[in-house]
Amino acid sequence: MPGFMGYRRPDGRYGARNLVAIIPSVTCANDVAQAIVRQVGGTVAYLHHQGCCQLPPDLERVTDTLISLGRGPNVAAVLIVSLGCEGTDHARMYDELRATGKPVEIIRIQELGGVSKAIREGTDIARRMVIAASGLQRERADLSNVVMAIKCGASDTTSGIASNCVIGAVADRLVDLGATVVFGETTEFIGGEHLLARRAVDEGVAHRIYEIVDQMETRAKSVGCDMRRGQPTPGNIAGGLSSIEEKSLGAIVKSGTRPIQGVLDYPEFVSDQKGLWIKDTPGREPEILTGMAATGAQFMCFSTGLGAPQGFPSMPVIKICGNPHTYERMEEDMDVNAGLVITGERSIEEVADEVFAKIVRVLGGEMTKNEAIGYFSAIDIHCLGPVI
Amino acid sequence: MADRAIALKASERDNVATIFADGIVAGTEVEVLDPTGARTLMTVVDDVPYGHKLALCDIALGAQITKYGEEIGMASQDIRRGAYVHVHNLDSMRGRGDLEREGE
Repeated sequence: MPGFMGYRRPDGRYGARNLVAIIPSVTCANDVAQAIVRQVGGTVAYLHHQGCCQLPPDLERVTDTLISLGRGPNVAAVLIVSLGCEGTDHARMYDELRATGKPVEIIRIQELGGVSKAIREGTDIARRMVIAASGLQRERADLSNVVMAIKCGASDTTSGIASNCVIGAVADRLVDLGATVVFGETTEFIGGEHLLARRAVDEGVAHRIYEIVDQMETRAKSVGCDMRRGQPTPGNIAGGLSSIEEKSLGAIVKSGTRPIQGVLDYPEFVSDQKGLWIKDTPGREPEILTGMAATGAQFMCFSTGLGAPQGFPSMPVIKICGNPHTYERMEEDMDVNAGLVITGERSIEEVADEVFAKIVRVLGGEMTKNEAIGYFSAIDIHCLGPVI
Repeated sequence: MADRAIALKASERDNVATIFADGIVAGTEVEVLDPTGARTLMTVVDDVPYGHKLALCDIALGAQITKYGEEIGMASQDIRRGAYVHVHNLDSMRGRGDLEREGE
């Protein structure tokens, strides 16, 4: 069984990175979290825009998502930064994250007497956490411990013919090795939902696939306009995609061919789910990257045609570019050239081999291009209700 | 690269193909490659940008446009064989809040 070198966590999962996560429980704590990250190497912050003046289901969603991010196997320890009066349940965040066995601390800006004092206290805690985590050695882990997230962004017509096919081939291989693969972007099931439902393990899962697509389409239609330009985006259209149906049919190819085991809610962390899963997310990068990291994915395979450079603070993102022109222009941000499928120089399986080898190296510590360049601070949590 | 530009037909049932070549202008002859490997010659009647689609047969107003063997939309005007197919003559049938509003 092929393996990788990972950091073993108290819950038995294996991380590909060994980071200390600074988690603002509300957007009002972002500046403190950011100041700590600037000061202490080996830390990352999730600078989101939620957590207060929202309806209770969204507050719960934000709380659950932040807990799932903290549980992620790439995270060694967690420092929660709370303002003190926010709507999220920061006490529950602390308790549930503590229960994982990881080192977890919380600071409250109002209780500590202000921003400067909170930065001082938080920096002190983060420094101790980073030093403690830094001694941990990597151990050999089976690839069945892997949770791979997949996504396509800034797609064009090469995506559905090259890069998404490559990711589909990789997804099938990982599923066959007993790993977990999660794909999302419910908006981009519109027009292709019948093909996904056909791969559902049972009627209940098939019904749920139709249900999440219907909910997403109903939300889009409720505005009373043609969705086109929102989805597909102007970039997609410039790239040759004419309708959401065409975009979807090219997008779902990246899920491969294996049976779909079920649908995860946006904040949901995978416990013992193996095989191929759907996570109900929108397509926009900040929200889906966050949702996928909250799944517990050690990394993401991200297909692009026009060139999407985004990453995520605690989840390496491997960029697989289907458009040979874009790869040539943006090689500095693209990890793998699947454009060679379009030019006829490589087969889908050959590029899948290259991606698979890159995955194992990334799991073992090799950086992706967006990690090296540090392009990953624009993140957010997908909420359903209004800000009030 | 072959001398003649290739247009890829994703499924045998498709009535459009995608061109992965630059400089395709009206009158260019392209080779349509289908999944079985069969090649047919076709003259493009419009300018078609890299990665965009052309019609493989005449498509009447209101008829279904098919790619990957599945519906990707409907012809919003009569489309000639060899014509450029995109948002100007292909209507999406999904996420159409505008149509529902008109129907109210």
